[in-house]
Amino acid sequence: MMNLTLKIWRQKDANDKGQIVDYPVSDISPDMSFLEMLDVLNQELIEKGESPVAFDHDCREGICGTCSLYINGRAHGPSTKITACQLHMRSFNDGDTIYIEPWRAKAFPVVKDLIVDRSSFDRIQQAGGFISVNTSGNTQDANAIPIEKHNADMAFDAATCIGCGACVASCKNSSAMLFVSAKVSQFALLPQGQVEATDRVLNMVKQMDDEGFGNCTNTGACEVECPKGISLENIARMNREYLAASFKG
Amino acid sequence: MSILDSKIPEGPLADKWTKHKNDINLVNPANKRLIDVIIVGTGLAGGSAAATLAELGYNVKAFCFQDSPRRAHSIAAQGGINAAKNYQGDGDSTYRLFYDTVKGGDYRSREANVYRLAEVSTNIIDQCVAQGVPFAREYGGLLDNRSFGGVLVSRTFYAKGQTGQQLLLGAYAAMNRQIGRGKIKMYTRHEMLDVVVVDGKARGIIARNLVTGEIERHSAHAVVLGTGGYGNAFYLSTYAMGSNVTAAWKAHKRGAFFSNPCYTQIHPTCIPVSGDHQSKLTLMSESLRNDGRIWVPKHKKDVEAIRNGSLKPTDLAEEDRDYYLERRYPAFGNLVPRDVASRAAKERCDAGYGVNQTGEAVYLDFAAAIERYGKEQAYVKGLNVDDKALVTKLGKEVVENKYGNLFQMYEKIVDQNPYETPMMIYPAVHYTMGGLWVDYNLMTTVPGLYAIGEANFSDHGANRLGASALMQGLADGYFVLPYTIGDYLAHDIRTGPIPTDTKEFDEAEQKVRGDIDKLVNNKGTKSVDHFHKRLGKIMWNKCGMARNEKDLKDAISEIAALREEFYKDVFVPGTDNEYNEELAKAGRVADFLELGELFAKDALEREESAGGHFRDEYQTETGEAMRRKEFQYVSAWEYKGQPSEAVHHKESLEYKNIEVKERSYK
Repeated sequence: MMNLTLKIWRQKDANDKGQIVDYPVSDISPDMSFLEMLDVLNQELIEKGESPVAFDHDCREGICGTCSLYINGRAHGPSTKITACQLHMRSFNDGDTIYIEPWRAKAFPVVKDLIVDRSSFDRIQQAGGFISVNTSGNTQDANAIPIEKHNADMAFDAATCIGCGACVASCKNSSAMLFVSAKVSQFALLPQGQVEATDRVLNMVKQMDDEGFGNCTNTGACEVECPKGISLENIARMNREYLAASFKG
Repeated sequence: MSILDSKIPEGPLADKWTKHKNDINLVNPANKRLIDVIIVGTGLAGGSAAATLAELGYNVKAFCFQDSPRRAHSIAAQGGINAAKNYQGDGDSTYRLFYDTVKGGDYRSREANVYRLAEVSTNIIDQCVAQGVPFAREYGGLLDNRSFGGVLVSRTFYAKGQTGQQLLLGAYAAMNRQIGRGKIKMYTRHEMLDVVVVDGKARGIIARNLVTGEIERHSAHAVVLGTGGYGNAFYLSTYAMGSNVTAAWKAHKRGAFFSNPCYTQIHPTCIPVSGDHQSKLTLMSESLRNDGRIWVPKHKKDVEAIRNGSLKPTDLAEEDRDYYLERRYPAFGNLVPRDVASRAAKERCDAGYGVNQTGEAVYLDFAAAIERYGKEQAYVKGLNVDDKALVTKLGKEVVENKYGNLFQMYEKIVDQNPYETPMMIYPAVHYTMGGLWVDYNLMTTVPGLYAIGEANFSDHGANRLGASALMQGLADGYFVLPYTIGDYLAHDIRTGPIPTDTKEFDEAEQKVRGDIDKLVNNKGTKSVDHFHKRLGKIMWNKCGMARNEKDLKDAISEIAALREEFYKDVFVPGTDNEYNEELAKAGRVADFLELGELFAKDALEREESAGGHFRDEYQTETGEAMRRKEFQYVSAWEYKGQPSEAVHHKESLEYKNIEVKERSYK
């Protein structure tokens, strides 16, 4: 069992200035997930009549992309290729001090405590992250166009982005290039995505810029902290798509 | 004559859906622009319905409690989606998918609905591929399939262990296109807290903005609930933390009958509970049973040695292992349906053969698969098939390619490497087959109120087969509701916008405000989770994998007492005009405390065993579920104030195209 000191960002709402507040927690089992450790803290706060720490979470199995904690200066904490909900307390030692903060980015304003507003990500997807095909029941047979396995696999790898925002939080420029390039790449690698390729990349990049995300300087922190291991190659691919589209467009 | 009219079209089974589509009313494109539809929930069912209705021209308002529609819990579905494409040429057909689904549901689902589901299944795959969903492919570039429990063909399409994610992102993308066009107005971080019924028709909802706490009125000509299942009544489950029954329960209180609440799927392969702190359980996909073999030791002494750490499972000799599924069900082996596999695990653990400290775990072992694949690869590559280290290495690569993300998930949670030692698994609550009663058009007993996906009851009977939830969610949303809702909305082309300044909206809003006031001003002493955990214990111990009359009667009185205590002693910190997760949770748990009682009451009424509902009193000599002909009906409960006063209605089930026989997987 472990005793820990938590230093948690508390901010009442978007207009509040916010500050770090210290909370001791005790009897933490190494088998607990990080969020379960926060549950323990919150139950104690509720029992004392204090306001529990607000944090985003839902599936608690690393796929919904809701949890968004900046732990000891790293998105989703000290391990790689996992989300905060998959992080377990066995990654920490008795007596540790743990800093817990929200994602920090202009395009992700704080809602409360550790919760941020990531609707900018949705708006980027709305600008072009789709293939324009209506539901009809008479699209061509799914096997009509064979797709090279290698490309299909790469498209899948890009498509596994969970939209959590760790890439933005980790980037010194708060760039969303990894997020945007993942969707652009998924469709660029598939024949279905070719028809709208030009508009897609131009519109999504424009929306990304309008939302206030920074530029990419190829540092690669995003790739390291991405819980799904989305590759930097996607950014290169998007840049090629963008260049080609700019000449055409 | 039952008051429930299922509105199943006349004619031969295979022609019903086509005939129905030809017979029902249509709304012309110009008139669709005059009609508003509210959709609550943005998972596979709600998301696909929202996109399709918006494409058709309706004005859609979509609601989800998450911060983005992409985060609905369909995202977590792992294994795959069934479709009767017969790409493998292994004898699959629409009829066979229909047959497997009805049999898998233990002959407790509606024939016509299931046939339609099987019929449109192939369209789903075509549609998703057109949307750019990256399904797994073979080297020839064509789509790959795998096999799931309870069937003898390979009809499951998949994208590694993230099929739900890829399909949901497909529906999300289709929604985004319509949001961009202004045809869907998206309300995120909003929770529906009531349905507004005007002149007997669903005409809107009351929703709470979870960020500001504002109570909002939204009107429409029809309301669609795609709000998922109610498995979180058990507290511990594979559902997301926020998954809840509130929307469906509020609809129930406004007149929608609730069907078969006791039909719950307890999934056989989940990571076992590790302690009291546990907040949720994690599924290990059924697809793992394609290659994993399930076993426990044959002898108690080995069980003891494994539990106290003196024996490693990998060191136990082959002849000392009991591959109990292969032993009991030679025809289907490790790929028996979920209800059967779960009960078999419980049987072994209850008999004292569980392999972890709590005695509630069995092994899922990949050693044989690693060796088999390794030899295959060594042979293909012209390498030495007797080189053990090489074979293991090659085999691990194949297994990683197939299930890598699942193995990684397991290792992160349990801190053991499943490539080296067998996984430990135990059943957990995963899905609910019961839900709001709907007719063939997916309309509830409240005109204009629809329920789709897991929120309704219609297609899976008493047990759902693997990879069929994604199929049903998308079938309902893409290919069924968009037709059937038109039949109803055709009568609304002259209605005009529905006003929200009416007495019905006043009344509903007042009720919602009253409920919230009661919770935030209750000066109790115990947290919401305290009550939720206690409810979960009652549900798991008395309404879980095996049920009996005494336990169910106890559960009914205990849940009623717990509910009373909840309202006396619950403490909700904070106020109602801010982001307040405890307040949202309190409202959800209040509804679970009512649903839980109805659940037990339904289980008590059903004096038979069928699928996921197993009554100790009704089993065969070999311990299999014993169905009873006199219970060949759908239960539909009508709300009358308290769960104890709910009125029971029956829709009898007829099977004209399939012979009802003993459900055997031997």
